[in-house]
Amino acid sequence: MSTETQHMTVPATARNAASIAPKRRTKLGPAGIAALVVLIVLAVAWLLPFVWAIVTSLKSETDAASASLWPAHGFTLDAYAKVLAEGNVPTWAWNSLFTSALITLITVLTSALAAYAFSRIRFRGNKAVYIVVIAAIAVPPQVLIVPLFYEMLAMDLVDTYWGLMLPQVVQPIIVLILKQFFDQIPVELEEAARVDGASRLRVFISIVMPLSRPILAAVSIFVFVWAWNNFLWPFIIINDPQLMTLPVGLQTVKSAYGIQYAQNMAMAILAALPLIVVFLFFQRQIIKGISTTGFGGQ
Amino acid sequence: MTDTASTVKVSRSNRPRENLTGWAFIAPLGILFILFMLVPILWGLYLSFTNQSLTGAGGDLVGFDNYAEALADPDMWRSMLNTVWFTVLSTIPLVVISLALALLVNTGLPGQWLWRLSFFMPYLLASTVVSLIWVWLYNPQLGLFNAILGWFGIDPVTWLQDPDLAMLSVVVTTVWWTIGFNFLLYLAAIQNIPESQYEAASLDGAGRWRTLTSITIPQLGSTTIMVVILQLLASLKVFDQIYQMTGGGPAGTTRSAIQYIFESGFTGFRFGYSSAISYIFFVLIIIVSVIQFRITARRSA
Repeated sequence: MSTETQHMTVPATARNAASIAPKRRTKLGPAGIAALVVLIVLAVAWLLPFVWAIVTSLKSETDAASASLWPAHGFTLDAYAKVLAEGNVPTWAWNSLFTSALITLITVLTSALAAYAFSRIRFRGNKAVYIVVIAAIAVPPQVLIVPLFYEMLAMDLVDTYWGLMLPQVVQPIIVLILKQFFDQIPVELEEAARVDGASRLRVFISIVMPLSRPILAAVSIFVFVWAWNNFLWPFIIINDPQLMTLPVGLQTVKSAYGIQYAQNMAMAILAALPLIVVFLFFQRQIIKGISTTGFGGQ
Repeated sequence: MTDTASTVKVSRSNRPRENLTGWAFIAPLGILFILFMLVPILWGLYLSFTNQSLTGAGGDLVGFDNYAEALADPDMWRSMLNTVWFTVLSTIPLVVISLALALLVNTGLPGQWLWRLSFFMPYLLASTVVSLIWVWLYNPQLGLFNAILGWFGIDPVTWLQDPDLAMLSVVVTTVWWTIGFNFLLYLAAIQNIPESQYEAASLDGAGRWRTLTSITIPQLGSTTIMVVILQLLASLKVFDQIYQMTGGGPAGTTRSAIQYIFESGFTGFRFGYSSAISYIFFVLIIIVSVIQFRITARRSA
């Protein structure tokens, strides 16, 4: 029964995107070959920056400082060893990982609870509060940096993990996406449990949340990627190198490394790896998430 | 009819309890929302009418002085115009090329997994990583681009230091970085077009080009509207990659509105003035949103 209802509630786009395979397999005629050639050229162009960064990161500093494609002294892992030994890269990676995970958890949990109330519970003020929350989607977070920083000063949260995380957990767009999903779940599924005397919270935890697993996964991945890559707010609120996230840490040492190109590129590759691994593992959910929700932000 | 009556009755008898439950469910988000959304919105508005400084000095009400100063400030206008210019330059390729990529990938060629990975992967990178890689690619002496130009006997170009080229160079980076998202939106939309339409077209003897222009492209209308809206809003908020690649230079030619807000607040120490520019920028975004809404409403009407 549960699989059946999932199919009923998941929007058509999600189902199709889950099996995101081309519908028409055309034979490779002249047009097909032309398309293939164009596509290969474009894909190579898109991958080239990565390849160039990897090649540079595997050179010695002397070789990196000459424009040769093939290093005169052969490939080496020196740059990686130096970055890992000297820098705070592992600390920053850990900070990024745990703050992004916590931001994701708090955002998705509080948004899901609220979205469920907006979708199902008839309480006084429901509509009005919902409109206020949704209107906040139009507010660019960057516009709030000055008053937010001032507020953090007042709350004594500058240079703390909480100061870093809390302003990032309010994401009205997530409330909107989840509410629209909850709206599509048939009420009948909950009514039986309600008649048996289950509380709202009980229904939410044991019926609604399990049914919403696909959308919760998609939304979580997005919040995680945004938090992981967020630059401006962490850059403003954190000064202590021990508390920095990867993007902020990299920005501060970029100038310190100066002309050490191989080490710069090694840092870039190290910082890119975690999310690329995440993508390879969760490719399906990410694509499904984009096509169901239609929102990503930058 | 009787159904509605009974629900009303039930819900009325549960009213106080439902009210309490409802508020309890929204409370966790509500508290965070008030603290980190409503308070800063209102505090920022208040600050914009004061001469508050970062150091805590000042704080007196100065009326509309900040707004008057901002509107007469050529640097403020320059940063707004740069932002608009960036938005125009980036939105067009980010919509057109992403559609072209999605159409190409959807022609049924083998290696779907590889294409998706190639075009989408950059979207996952942090801005710092993107700028590290691209500043290196653009390096006048050692960068890849000048090396390639060199093969054709073309002189090195100073991509990010040339006032005429800097913005364009940043746009190229942005297109590379963020196109994957639009690409996937288009890919999903293309694959949702009913197969029957293509069958009908092929029975009528429509060729590839005809099918593309009469079925595929028109069916993507609503997706295109969504892609354009999301893209415009995202581009208007540009800051990270420009700040990291050029610092807003050369000679302020790439300084964005967000950067100007950031600088007047955190390096100029003028919180009041910075807040005023924030609100002017906010108004710009609302204007763009309203125009979009109008155009979209007319289209779909």
